[in-house]
Amino acid sequence: MIMAKPKPIQEIINVIKGFDKVLLAGCNGCVAVCEAGGLKEVEILASALRMYFANQNQTIQIDEVSLTRQCDKEYLAEIKEMVPNYGAILSIACGAGVQFMAEMYSEKPVFPGVNTNFIGVTLEKGVWSERCAACGECILASTGGICPVARCSKRMLNGPCGGSSNGKCEVSKETDCGWHLIYERLKTLGQLQRFSVPNDPKDWTTSRDGGPRKIIKEVSQA
Amino acid sequence: MNTLTPSNLEKVLAAGHFAVTSECGPPRSPDMAIVDEKVKEVGPYVDAINVTDNQTAVVRVSSLASCIRIKQLGYDPILQMTTRDRNRIGLQSDLLGAGAWEINNVLCLTGDHQSFGDHPNAANVFDLDSTQLIGVVKKMRDDQKLINGFEMTKSLRMFIGAAENPFADPFEIRVMRTAKKVAAGCQFIQTQCIYNMDKFKLWMKGLVDAGIHEKCAILAGITPMKSIGMARYMKAKVPGMDVPEDIIKRLQGVPKEKVADEGIKMAIEQIEELKQVPGIRGFHIMAIEWEEKVQEIVKGAGLYPRPKMD
Amino acid sequence: MPCTGRVAIIHLMKALEKGADGVFVAGCLEGDCHYQAGNLRARKRVAYVQELLKSIGMEPERVAMYNLSAGQGPRFAEICREMTERVRQLGPNPTRKNGERKEKAA
Repeated sequence: MIMAKPKPIQEIINVIKGFDKVLLAGCNGCVAVCEAGGLKEVEILASALRMYFANQNQTIQIDEVSLTRQCDKEYLAEIKEMVPNYGAILSIACGAGVQFMAEMYSEKPVFPGVNTNFIGVTLEKGVWSERCAACGECILASTGGICPVARCSKRMLNGPCGGSSNGKCEVSKETDCGWHLIYERLKTLGQLQRFSVPNDPKDWTTSRDGGPRKIIKEVSQA
Repeated sequence: MNTLTPSNLEKVLAAGHFAVTSECGPPRSPDMAIVDEKVKEVGPYVDAINVTDNQTAVVRVSSLASCIRIKQLGYDPILQMTTRDRNRIGLQSDLLGAGAWEINNVLCLTGDHQSFGDHPNAANVFDLDSTQLIGVVKKMRDDQKLINGFEMTKSLRMFIGAAENPFADPFEIRVMRTAKKVAAGCQFIQTQCIYNMDKFKLWMKGLVDAGIHEKCAILAGITPMKSIGMARYMKAKVPGMDVPEDIIKRLQGVPKEKVADEGIKMAIEQIEELKQVPGIRGFHIMAIEWEEKVQEIVKGAGLYPRPKMD
Repeated sequence: MPCTGRVAIIHLMKALEKGADGVFVAGCLEGDCHYQAGNLRARKRVAYVQELLKSIGMEPERVAMYNLSAGQGPRFAEICREMTERVRQLGPNPTRKNGERKEKAA
C-alpha cells in the first residue's frame, strides 16, 4: 500500500490562503489506511483550517469530500458538479491522486496536502514501514523474500556492507540491516550457499531510471 | 612469478614479500600541495598508496586526480572507487581515465552512506555495489570489454582490490562474502582496522580453511591510536568498528604525554603478531591525519627498506 | 459516552470549532479501563489535538485530559473549577469571537 504523511499545516495554509472557497478532497484508498488522507483526516484538517482562518478574520469556505479513490476517473468524476464552485482543490490523496485530480480538473489549481512516502506495510497501529521500491523486476525469489533494493540503505545486491552492526544499518540504529534479515531468512531456509554467488549488476531500465512507466494489459479479466 | 599488471604492489606480493600500503586522504580545497606533502611523508616506506574517494561522504579532491599526481611523483597509487556517487557510466569512464594515466591498482568499494558526510541531502547512486564493480574491472582487464560488451582497443591493466570488515555483523557471513568478492575477481583485500585480534584470527582461519588466501592477498588494517579520545570515538561512533575495552585500558595505563607513543608501540606489536598469522600477506597502515608516523611504524615492525621491483 | 476510548479527535475539534472555550475529557483512572486501553487512547488523542492547536496558533491548554473514578465526586468538582479557571485566564475561544463579529456585521 502507498504510504503518506500529512504536510505541516502551515505549508497548507500558505498555498490556500488566497482563495475564497476551497474543496478539501480525501481518498479512501491507501492514504486512509495510513491515516493521512481518508475521510477522518479530511474532517480534522478541514476543522483545523476553518478555525485558523476564522481566528485570522479571514473568510475562507472549506468544504469536505472524500472519494473512494483518486486514481480512477469514475470516482474523480463524482465531484464534477461541485468543482466549478471552488477556487482551488486541496487533495490529500497520494501524489498519483493529486496529479490525476489536476489532470481531470485542469482549469483549477490543485494542491497536495500530504507528502507521499513509500510502498509499505502496517507493522502495528500507527507504524508503517517500507517494503517495495517498485523497481519493476522482482528479485525476491533469490533473496529469501526480503528486498535489498528497498531495505538496504545502499540497495546493495551483494550485501551486507561493512557497516552492519548487531543487525542494524549503519545509517540508523532504528533501521534493520536488510541483508542481515536476508541472511537470517536464508539460514532458516537452508539456502546460505546463495551468499557465495555474486549477483550481477541489475538492469534498472524497468525502474524509474527508464523514465515514467506504463503498463498495458490487452485483455481485461472483467 | 606471474603478474597481470605493472602494479608495484602486485609485484611485491608475487615475489613473496610482506606488502605495506598506506593511505592519503585528499584535501577539501583544490590544493595539490597537501597531497604532495602527505605522499612524501609515506611514499618511501610503502609499496603503494591508497587515495580515498570522498571518504565518509565528505567532498574532497577526486581520487583519480590525486592518483595521477602520486604517479607523477614516482609512487604506485591505489585508486579507491565507491559506487555511491557514480553509476556504471561514470565508474567505467574514470577507470578508462585511470588506465590512460597508467594507474594500476583499484580498490572497489560501495562507500559510506551520504548521510554521514557533508552533503547529507544528496541523492545517492548505488547503481552497482563493490562486488559488481570488481566484476566490471575484471572484465575490462581480462576480456578487454566494458560491461555492455563493447570491445576496447586496449585492455585495462589493474590489480584489483577490495575492503573487508571482519568485525561487521553477521560474523558468520564474512568469510563467504570475502569468497564472493574473490570469485568476482578480487586479488587483494585491505581489512578494516584490527583491534579485536581474536575475532580477526577467527576470520583468517575461515579464509585459510576455505583456501581463499591462495587466490587473494590479505593485507591487515592497522590504525595507531593517537589518544584515548580517539579510541573511545572509534568504539562508540564508527560503524562496524570493534575496539575491545582492554585497548582503552592499556592507553589509560600510561601518562598522558605517552599515550601517542603507546599507540605506535601497540601498532608495531600488532604487526609482529599478525606476521605469524597464516594467510597474512601484508599490512595496510592507516595513520589518520598522522602520516608522519607511518615511517616509525614501518621501521619499528622491521618492514623497512621496501623491496625494489621492476 | 460509555468510554473515553470512543472520543475521536474530530469530537474535540468540533467542540472548539463551534465555539467551546475549553474541552476536557474525563476518563477512568489509568489501569482501570473496563475496555483495557480506552482512556490511554483518549490521552493520546488529547495530546494530538493540543499539537494541532499549537500548529494553528491556538492555546493547547484549551483541551485537557483528566482521570478519575465515578466515585470521586469532590475530585470532579475540583477539576471543573480548575478547568474553568484555566479557560477564564485564556479568555474566550477566538473562533467564536470572530464568528460573532461576522454575524453582527452581516
